[in-house]
Amino acid sequence: MHPAPSVIIFTTLSGLGFGLLFFLGLGQPAVTGKVAFVFYAIAFGLACGGLLASTFHLGRPERAWRAFTQWKTSWLSREGVCAVGALIVMGLYALGAVFMDSYWTLLGWIGAALSLATVFTTSMIYTQLKTIPRWNMELTPAMFLSFSLAGGALLAGAETVAPWLLAAAGAVQLAYWAKGDRALENSGTNLGTATGLGDRGAVRAFEPPHTGSNYLLREFVHVVGRKHAQKLRMIAFVLGFALPLLLILTPVQGVVIKHVFAALAVLSHLAGIATSRWLFFAQAEHVVGLYYGKR
Amino acid sequence: MTELPNSTDRKMGLVIDLDTCVGCHACVISCKGWNTENYGAPLSDQNPYGGDPSGTFLNRVHSYEVQPADGHAQLIHFPKSCLHCEDAPCVTVCPTGASYKRAEDGIVLVNEDHCIGCGLCAWSCPYGARELDVAEGVMKKCTLCVDRIYNENLPEVDRIPSCVRTCPAGARHFGDLGDPDSDVSKLVAERGGMDLMPEMGTKPVNKYLPPRPKDQIEEQIDILAPLLAPVAEEPQGFMGWLDKALDKLPGGAN
Repeated sequence: MHPAPSVIIFTTLSGLGFGLLFFLGLGQPAVTGKVAFVFYAIAFGLACGGLLASTFHLGRPERAWRAFTQWKTSWLSREGVCAVGALIVMGLYALGAVFMDSYWTLLGWIGAALSLATVFTTSMIYTQLKTIPRWNMELTPAMFLSFSLAGGALLAGAETVAPWLLAAAGAVQLAYWAKGDRALENSGTNLGTATGLGDRGAVRAFEPPHTGSNYLLREFVHVVGRKHAQKLRMIAFVLGFALPLLLILTPVQGVVIKHVFAALAVLSHLAGIATSRWLFFAQAEHVVGLYYGKR
Repeated sequence: MTELPNSTDRKMGLVIDLDTCVGCHACVISCKGWNTENYGAPLSDQNPYGGDPSGTFLNRVHSYEVQPADGHAQLIHFPKSCLHCEDAPCVTVCPTGASYKRAEDGIVLVNEDHCIGCGLCAWSCPYGARELDVAEGVMKKCTLCVDRIYNENLPEVDRIPSCVRTCPAGARHFGDLGDPDSDVSKLVAERGGMDLMPEMGTKPVNKYLPPRPKDQIEEQIDILAPLLAPVAEEPQGFMGWLDKALDKLPGGAN
């Protein structure tokens, strides 16, 4: 798949933002006033920034409101509904925390659930696609949710759960890569089934329909960068999970150094997740590539 | 709503004969011509006369080589367009309701006024049947020439999809695949019509007729052949002398 920057930015930032909103909704950290304002500004900035970025890949962004209508069948529509719901509920909850010095606990729980539901619906947009075997796995929602929770815990400064969530997310990441590498082969789809000619002999794409490129090849067949996949996986794993874990587990003296370490852990995690997300798209093989003798 | 109809009154679709298709691409051109001038936004081209031309097409013809375990390789031309699937994943993923399947004839269409061009339907299609038009920013796909097949302003003979009307080899057939007594259904039954990527569970309406097996070239093609074979494998007489003499010249034997 073509790794469109808008979609990578969207899934990375909004995943982190909704992860933080989840923890804020549960009252972690228990902040009010100006400190709460800073936390909510970061969370809403990430979540809304991500959602805005996602509209950049639309052909007709001015009609985006229509995407809220088909929640009965479409995961993309459900994601839109959940995202707006989460932002409204958490917005109200934030008003209480920032200006009224009060926690509306029930509202917070609803907001936290909607935040997590947003991340889940985002992941299902990809998971539902049988055409991309590497995404059509239960590990895809597990990956999106575990990344979001780990990132949210890091940002929220949830010191007790953050290391565990980071370790779990790292483990899910490794499992996703291991299983994903065999997904296309295990799906049973190949040029033989694509053309229905497989039982007659070895099928080879002899001549493409045209000498130039087209939308299908630009969107679904990506080869640049796949050759560096193993190196990028190392980078993603070290930056996304190993380094942040090391940074938050290192015992340090002083509040300032502790905050610097925590900030570095967040930035490292963000860079790692962005790299992982880039690979998520770049390495995904769409079966339509088979018709062109490509992957 | 982008819910699929439980069943459709008819299942209009195409039957494509891989045995007959000569790979001339006439269907591609007639499709582009008709659908640029009629239903919906035109099918745009980008840089058509430049170094890297590309454009939107609803129908494309691939060519494949099939090499059996023994015997000769076979070249098969392979036209591909929307298969108007019964369980069309492109319809249910649409967030706006722009993508829909008609209950009356099973044709899958895009309401271009509601399409936001998110591309998710194209992602969900295993066949590459949908292409986002770069100029218009909306999704384009085969309409089964919905503006021809019911068009009473056209002579009756023309009330079939443009690709079918154009095919000079008669490799494309149009009809109701839901009616077991229709000509296309009979053709599919007789020739063993097949689905593309059945494992995707899309239940395509369009069917492909497999190529007939090729004639085998026998070792001995004619009873007179042995009499016509060269008598001497090694050159004799004057040619034999010339062969040896040339071998002796500087440069050596071949």
